[in-house]
Amino acid sequence: MSTMNTVGRPTAPNAVDHDYKHPTLTGGRGLLQDELLIFESDGWGKTGVDLPDPKGAASDLGDLVRKDPIGLPGLSEPEAMRHYVRLSQKNHAIDLALYPLGSCTMKHNPRLNEKMARLPGFSDIHPLQPISTVQGALELMDQLSHWLKTLTGMPAVALSPKAGAHGELCGLMAIRAAHEASGQHEQRRKVLVPTSAHGTNPATAAFVGYTVVEVAQTGDGRVDVADLASKLGPDVAAIMVTNPNTCGLFERDILEISRLTHEAGAYFYCDGANFNAIVGRVRPGDLGVDAMHINLHKTFSTPHGGGGPGAGPVVLSAALAPFAPAPWVVHGSDGYELIEREEGDAAQAFGRLCAFQGQMGMYVRALSYMMSHGADGLRQVAEDAVLNANYIKARLSDVMSAAFPDGPCMHEALFDDEWLKGTDITTLDFAKAMIDEGFHPMTMYFPLVVHGAMLIEPTETESKAELDRFINALRLLAEAAKAGEVERFKGAPFHAPLRRLDETRAARTPVLRWTAPEGTNIAAE
Amino acid sequence: MRYLPLTPDDRTAMLAAIGAKSIDDLFVDVPQAARRDGFVDLPHVMGELEVDRALSAMAGRNVAAGSRPFFCGAGAYKHHVPATVDHIIQRSEFLTSYTPYQPEIAQGTLQYLYEFQTQVANLTGMPVANASLYDGSTAMAEGVLMATRVTRRNKAVISGGVHPHYVRATETVVHAVGVETQALAAAVDAEAAVIDAIGPDTACVVVQTPNVFGTATDVTKIAEAAHAAGALLIVVVTEAVSMGLLKSPGEMGADIVAAEGQSIGNALNFGGPYVGLFAAREKLIRQMPGRLTGETVDADGERGFVLTLSTREQHIRRDKATSNICTNSGLCTLAFTIHMSLLGETGLRKLALLNHEKAVATRDALAAIPGVEILTPRFFNEFAVKLPKNAAEVVDQLAAHHVLAGVPYSRLAPEAGMDDVLLVAATETTLDPDIQILAKSLTKVLGA
Repeated sequence: MSTMNTVGRPTAPNAVDHDYKHPTLTGGRGLLQDELLIFESDGWGKTGVDLPDPKGAASDLGDLVRKDPIGLPGLSEPEAMRHYVRLSQKNHAIDLALYPLGSCTMKHNPRLNEKMARLPGFSDIHPLQPISTVQGALELMDQLSHWLKTLTGMPAVALSPKAGAHGELCGLMAIRAAHEASGQHEQRRKVLVPTSAHGTNPATAAFVGYTVVEVAQTGDGRVDVADLASKLGPDVAAIMVTNPNTCGLFERDILEISRLTHEAGAYFYCDGANFNAIVGRVRPGDLGVDAMHINLHKTFSTPHGGGGPGAGPVVLSAALAPFAPAPWVVHGSDGYELIEREEGDAAQAFGRLCAFQGQMGMYVRALSYMMSHGADGLRQVAEDAVLNANYIKARLSDVMSAAFPDGPCMHEALFDDEWLKGTDITTLDFAKAMIDEGFHPMTMYFPLVVHGAMLIEPTETESKAELDRFINALRLLAEAAKAGEVERFKGAPFHAPLRRLDETRAARTPVLRWTAPEGTNIAAE
Repeated sequence: MRYLPLTPDDRTAMLAAIGAKSIDDLFVDVPQAARRDGFVDLPHVMGELEVDRALSAMAGRNVAAGSRPFFCGAGAYKHHVPATVDHIIQRSEFLTSYTPYQPEIAQGTLQYLYEFQTQVANLTGMPVANASLYDGSTAMAEGVLMATRVTRRNKAVISGGVHPHYVRATETVVHAVGVETQALAAAVDAEAAVIDAIGPDTACVVVQTPNVFGTATDVTKIAEAAHAAGALLIVVVTEAVSMGLLKSPGEMGADIVAAEGQSIGNALNFGGPYVGLFAAREKLIRQMPGRLTGETVDADGERGFVLTLSTREQHIRRDKATSNICTNSGLCTLAFTIHMSLLGETGLRKLALLNHEKAVATRDALAAIPGVEILTPRFFNEFAVKLPKNAAEVVDQLAAHHVLAGVPYSRLAPEAGMDDVLLVAATETTLDPDIQILAKSLTKVLGA
């Protein structure tokens, strides 16, 4: 492996010289360093932590002791810093530039939230410490619950779901428990889900054992109420509707949808992924929602961290509140208490979703964000998110084709690929070319109901100047596409650490871990 | 409103560009009856200083583990996390990035996920690992569901040594899809008893080692019995550091490993966010839940990494997906990976041995107290003791003496009738004076 190290590029068997950049001797590109895997370093036997020497072997454990090498290289502290800093430089991030992923809500992550979450009184407390020693943590959970209930106009909240999809699971399990309690579970086996829903919606319904029935969409991007009504009946447990929906539109008929649903004896699950578009202006409780998860990372800015952790508290209507899972906080005679099991007042709780209290670290960040904005600031959040999206839609509609040109959008602007017809350039090509202009691509090919969809969500933390910069880049790209500059798109990205990755190869012959080349000795010294 | 960059003039200009008279024009689709004109009844905007004070006051009402002798475990462990770990994960490019859907500009995330998968596979002794799940308990639930898919059988046998909260979290989810569970009675040395419960309809056997009472067991024979019956063995590990000292689950015949990774790189955080480790035999990879990162090449033939095998996932398969999960614990996996890279094999083995020695020293100190009975025969860094009094009451009294003495088993499972059982954990952060203070305080509380 040391030979690999001196070569610089460990596994580039098919590497070819490319004429778009000047080849270097080492493979480095200016400040952008190639970086080996830690397993290709010379770190077998090395460690970057100083620990006192143990006194002896674990003789009392006998043959339970692990003998063979594990295969874990070590790095000294400076090597570790460099390794991960070099890797970091190959990532796009919201702190670098606008990150217009629709339906993902990439907004500024205030560092105050991070500072608060790291206070030892929050980060260094154990989930099973005596309740008397975690009163402040329970107070924080109680406060967060109060904010969420007030903002949504809902009477109860289950904090423990660990992500949005986990929240969907929580909501559907509460619905299921309610039908079980009323003796209707056996007959109500269907969940209605619009075609435009996030993939997690049907996956969750199936995960809880329901049959998923799709509901059609109207030409103007909303739930087809007639189709919904025709499918509602005594065999339906719930509907799952995203509002604002994944086309970036408010469901105009939402009150009718909830009325019909309740008339049919079903519950209304709302996917709250897009709550940031209406927070402070519309309360889901006023729309007849029975359960809705709130992605704290989206609406309340806890960082996405390369894929998580998220947090997905679920607000519940009075009908579903008794079924909320343990644990939850109550006001006791002597401070806050934690209900940890299904008994007494909590006898109808549907169970438990995870080992402990949920994503406490995310609760701190979310409450910090909420308090920083306040009721007035959160309303401004929704207004600016919607204003920014409509501004993008208005400024790009003459060069790209808006999927739903009539009327305003909410927090995201949706385009289709109609305007690319005849250019030989696809949505994917266009998105990859955006990378060369310094932006992360928008969400592509979603929602599925729009051909070649491009879903752009700027969020409320973008300035007008940054929006104009983004709009200018897209306008120039659109003009280049129409002018026939196909190569600019087909080969893109040219200015990224890597060019188009072969995803088919990765799936066809999965290589999911590093393995030592034959004859390598990786034994720890 | 320091996080909102638009000025009033910007808003006016933008509304004009849109062709709207006011912001209300953009909310026309909201039914009149559901529009709220005023503000909700919550405090208004607060400056950074005010928020800092309010939250710091709440944090100040908690007792931090590092501030006193601390012996709580039962699925969450106080370890020292090198400063470098938290520094690196706060770098913008990691902290504020998203799921690596655009691999060309997400190689940083994808490469560390690949390193994580390799570390977890090697640590658990399994051929492949995914890019993490929410936590150990949800990983166990996913493991059981996966086993029922693979075996086309419907029943899970769960050892009485598995953490009761893990059992409950699993039952909650798997019962919803009609999977049956047979949870055996809690017992300190429960693992061997599961063999008798294995039958022809068993999809999987779930054991934990070290188990919730701290007992470390060689589960090889259980694996053999499970395999002979056509069932899979799921091994749960709540203390990842233990795998640095003990035989790996893979070595003992596990088919699926569901573990909690909090111990490496991640703080206690009152229970979350944590990081679920999930590893399995190679032939099961297309049935695995969650994200996977794979190696491939780019257009120039250079090595790179992408999210892969996504045809198992919810965004492709919708209601046919292997799981509804659409995320992983990205930043927590990064913390795990950095800490593990700093430790290396040498450091991890040393750390594990230190943990064990601290626990042995703690046990020896407690064993010398009249009336205290050590229940756990072989353990890694946690053991159970039987007290002559109600353990929860003893813990509360010791808390008043500024000692956090452990977790009463009744907190996890009051129905088990083990009100006098206390779970005591020690780690490398346990200092010798801490052990002396615990022993002295416990003697005092019991002697009263």
